[in-house]
Amino acid sequence: MIVSNNLRKSYGKHEVLKGISEKIEKGEKVVIIGPSGSGKSTFLRCLNLLEIPTSGQILFKGEDIADPKNNINKIRQKVGMVFQHFNLFPHLTIKENITIAPVKLGILTKEEADKKAIELLRRIGLEDKAEAYPKQLSGGQKQRIAIIRALAMNPEVLLFDEPTSALDPEMVGEVLELMKELAEDGMTMVVVTHEMGFAREVANRVLFIDEGIVKEQNTPDEFFTNPQNPRLKEFLSKVL
Amino acid sequence: MGGQYLSMVTDFIKPFYDAFIPEHRYMNYLKGLWVTLQISFFAILLGIVIGVTIAVIKVTVADKKKFIWLKVICDVYITIIRGTPLMLQLLIIYNLIFTARDTNEILVGAVCFGINSGAYVAEIIRGGIESVDSGQMEAGRSLGFHYMQTMRYIIMPQAIKNVLPAIGNELIVLIKETAVAGVIAVSDLTMAAQNIGAVNYDILTPLYIAAAFYLVLVLGLTRLLHIFERRLAQGDR
Repeated sequence: MIVSNNLRKSYGKHEVLKGISEKIEKGEKVVIIGPSGSGKSTFLRCLNLLEIPTSGQILFKGEDIADPKNNINKIRQKVGMVFQHFNLFPHLTIKENITIAPVKLGILTKEEADKKAIELLRRIGLEDKAEAYPKQLSGGQKQRIAIIRALAMNPEVLLFDEPTSALDPEMVGEVLELMKELAEDGMTMVVVTHEMGFAREVANRVLFIDEGIVKEQNTPDEFFTNPQNPRLKEFLSKVL
Repeated sequence: MGGQYLSMVTDFIKPFYDAFIPEHRYMNYLKGLWVTLQISFFAILLGIVIGVTIAVIKVTVADKKKFIWLKVICDVYITIIRGTPLMLQLLIIYNLIFTARDTNEILVGAVCFGINSGAYVAEIIRGGIESVDSGQMEAGRSLGFHYMQTMRYIIMPQAIKNVLPAIGNELIVLIKETAVAGVIAVSDLTMAAQNIGAVNYDILTPLYIAAAFYLVLVLGLTRLLHIFERRLAQGDR
């Protein structure tokens, strides 16, 4: 579904991504781990062109997303993203947060979008918050709203950029639980996270990105029980 | 004794009476006030249109070399407007654009003050836009909005809310600044007061009266803005 070819990204002289070639299949759940500053978030943000690669290619269903001929906005409608800091729209109610994109982009009518928003809210047990504003919610609730806001666009793949890193520990569980449900429903997911338990349980494949390259990747079992790369061994010994 | 006090009071009141009541003079103030209000209202509207446009252009082209000339134009406009006296700008714009003597004075005033105000509003709004967290733009874009849609639906509503006190302040400043509109032959409140003073051989009293009008106007407006801000603050609780 998503292919990156020799992806490179530099900020000035500092090269963050040093050539990443990866392929993410439909239905796959890929978890990316790595130390901070390793380039894992940058890689994820390149996948929907929030960061513009310095060189290399990203193909979404065979289309080069950086090609001006392809409408990146149309592609982004199909590539949902969930951020570390939720980035809910503070001036809109929860329901409006969910419905604004599908309505303004002409994908759903106001009535259809409202109905869908309520369905999604019911699914996560927050339908009573429909008319509330983001500031009135807890971190875990905000992040779950952010996830269903992305879902309201019917995306084909969801990108998660450290979705639980800004949460109080007791709220991490509810967000991971929702992500697990999505995974079980067959959603294609790329998740940058420090939650090793989630990686072990949900991922089809775990990537270790360090110093701008994928240093090792494997099924979660092999990845965690039998790491090969010395940097990965060191990293796992610190975080597990 | 009592008569003495009474005459002191009448001595104090009489000039105000003379400057306000005979020959329906109060109507002149009210007409002038109406002109001032209309000019201020349309000028701030024009100022906001210019200001938002320039602010969005400046923020948008900030890192795009191809459109740098647009930013240069905006910067030149802001520099000139903020760097030269308002009264000179009025005279220049008036003589440049409104050479026909029978042009609508409200239009003249509104355009002149609007062009001036636009420069200040632009900087206020730019600050407002930059105060919105960059994650908001990313979230909007990641949902499939293009840049201008994200600006319109996500960024600007938050930016405007953030700068509303500053915009209100600008409106108050603008209302008071319109007092120099007389130099371009607009009969606003200040001009009305001066005219009455000339007819009445008492310059000072009509000016006091005009000042009182401005003061009441500004106080009322401050109150109104306060209410409006509180309305907009929902979601902040």
